[in-house]
Amino acid sequence: MIDKSGAALWPGLAVVTIATGYLIALLAAERETVIIALLILGIVAVAAAARLKLLDAVHGSFARHEDTLGRFAIVAALAVAAFFHDDHFVMLLLTTVLLYSVATLGLNIQIGYAGVLNFAGASFFGIGAYTSAVLNAQTALPHLLVIAIGGLLAALIGSVLLLPVLRTRGHYAAVVTIAFALLFRTFLEVNDVFGGPQGMQVKGMTMLGWSFNDNIEIGGVTLSLYMNYFVVSLLLLIGVFVLTQRLERSWIGLNLDALRLDETAAACFGLDIARWKTAAFVVGNFLIGVAGALFAMVGGFVAPNNYTFEDSLILVSILLLGGIGNPWGVVVAAVIVVVLPEKLQAIAEYRFLLYALMVIAMLLFRPSGLLPRSVRRYFPGQPS
Amino acid sequence: MTALLETGKLCKRFGGVVALDELDMAVARNEILGLIGPNGSGKTTFFNVVTGIYSTDAGRVRFDGADITNAAARAVYRAGIFRTFQRSRLSLPLSIFDNIMIGDHKRLDQRLWFNLMRRRAFKREFEQACGRARALIEVFEPALAERMFEPVAGLPMIDRRRIEICRALISEPKLLLLDEPSAGMTHDETAELMNDIFLVRERNKNLTIVIVEHEMGVIERITDRCVVLNFGRKIAEGRYRDVAADAQVQEAYLGVA
Ligand SMILES: Nc1ncnc2c1ncn2[C@@H]1O[C@H](COP(=O)(O)OP(=O)(O)O)[C@@H](O)[C@H]1O
Ligand SMILES: [Mg+2]
Repeated sequence: MIDKSGAALWPGLAVVTIATGYLIALLAAERETVIIALLILGIVAVAAAARLKLLDAVHGSFARHEDTLGRFAIVAALAVAAFFHDDHFVMLLLTTVLLYSVATLGLNIQIGYAGVLNFAGASFFGIGAYTSAVLNAQTALPHLLVIAIGGLLAALIGSVLLLPVLRTRGHYAAVVTIAFALLFRTFLEVNDVFGGPQGMQVKGMTMLGWSFNDNIEIGGVTLSLYMNYFVVSLLLLIGVFVLTQRLERSWIGLNLDALRLDETAAACFGLDIARWKTAAFVVGNFLIGVAGALFAMVGGFVAPNNYTFEDSLILVSILLLGGIGNPWGVVVAAVIVVVLPEKLQAIAEYRFLLYALMVIAMLLFRPSGLLPRSVRRYFPGQPS
Repeated sequence: MTALLETGKLCKRFGGVVALDELDMAVARNEILGLIGPNGSGKTTFFNVVTGIYSTDAGRVRFDGADITNAAARAVYRAGIFRTFQRSRLSLPLSIFDNIMIGDHKRLDQRLWFNLMRRRAFKREFEQACGRARALIEVFEPALAERMFEPVAGLPMIDRRRIEICRALISEPKLLLLDEPSAGMTHDETAELMNDIFLVRERNKNLTIVIVEHEMGVIERITDRCVVLNFGRKIAEGRYRDVAADAQVQEAYLGVA
């Protein structure tokens, strides 16, 4: 059955436009009452749209015109950045959203596709971050290379977990990753080479002599220094997003789904379970490490406290909230999880409580997330 | 002529339970062999040991001239054996197409670069795969061919069984092991499914089948030969009519001491 009403482009365009306007309003709002009013408005609007079955049209629109809408979403992101071009705080926040999205997309390959639970996401993020801290201080390696090395190190160090992850099934593997997360933090705290509990400064990024930590002056307009990082992070996210989609829409995506859903049956269909789990775990950690390496240069500072088990849970909650397996959901959820506590200082202190409640509510009422993954479409426009 | 599948003194124990007891089996090329016996007599275990899900405690398995004793499940698949499961084991959230194509793993290009970067070549392979899946499922139920990209979760048992058989046949195995394909279906549905399997076999005469089945009508109609198990041991072998008349077999089934 092809949903005819879903074939139109405009519902998708409309939703991206409205969401962009809403995000700008939310980010620009300063007074607590305005922010709360906006949040209530947002929740009511989404609930009403769901009630009126408007979301189905949006869903169909994205299924049919994903490439067009993807480009439109990039334009929308640039529009938000343009609006806040001289606002350090917001530009940093937006860059954080982009890099958390990249990291969660890595986690998504592991948990969402291969079914390998990883509760040490923040540790691999931290490995990338400390790589930047050390290499930027001690060497003159080009910073793009440093970021790649951050990813490689995360993948490499993560490989020590491979044996238990492959040997054990389901929850036991998860416990192993939790143990790793706790060990990692302790390791950083007791090691003076890495600055101990105080952490280290990270030198900002430079590329071809262009220093990212200076504001940009173009024809009398000043752009926040974070605009540099925003653009690089956006390019990274676009690349990772496209690769994630291609992965899902390939035989490899099919393999990962098959082994996640029924490992024994998958082995009988010729799949090399260990190979695919390894590939997913390593690639996922690489992406998380890359995001962490870049994020350290953005923030300019690393400390053990930033890469705790709780931070790993934030990544997992982004995945659960957005919709496991759906990269669009990951980005939307990253916006919510990163932006909300920053805008609502009142809840910032309770944010872990908030995340926990959000995840529980999700699992109870909408277990497949805000934007559930749909049946695999290998190419856009293919009937679904 | 040598047998396609041959086991010698195959043993499998679970603690104190002897599930397979020095089992000698020979499956000839192109035959349909019925594997029957009371519940718990070791039929499923036989499939599990042959396909590498369980390891053997003793004995040998030969397939198509090669020793596959204790081979890994995926090596057994590559050698040309495909099995179905007693309980339906489809991946419910995945589409009909996905569930069928996962059975064709060895023919699909699994290289990372091909899958991610050569999307045009991938699209050609995808379209060929669509054609293969469609042609196969049309034999069973043309209506399903129109719904290939819908999840299987909503389908009735008969359609799920059809899809499982398609998944088994898509890779054109040499040997098909069917574990109670009629479980969960009505009498008429079973008859229909068996006819469809026959149709496929008409086209591919080289397909050898071992079928475990409780409906004796099915066994009588489709098998060339039967092997009867009891407590993991072979107690009779021959044409269905002959083994059904065997006193030992009747005793095993009726539990007469
Ligand atoms: N994984 C297992 N663990 C323990 N016992 C098993 C296992 N699989 C099968 N058995 C035992 O082996 C015997 C044969 O079982 P099975 O092969 O499933 O019989 P059938 O398929 O003929 O009904 C039964 O006694 C069963 O309880
Ligand atoms: Mg059985």
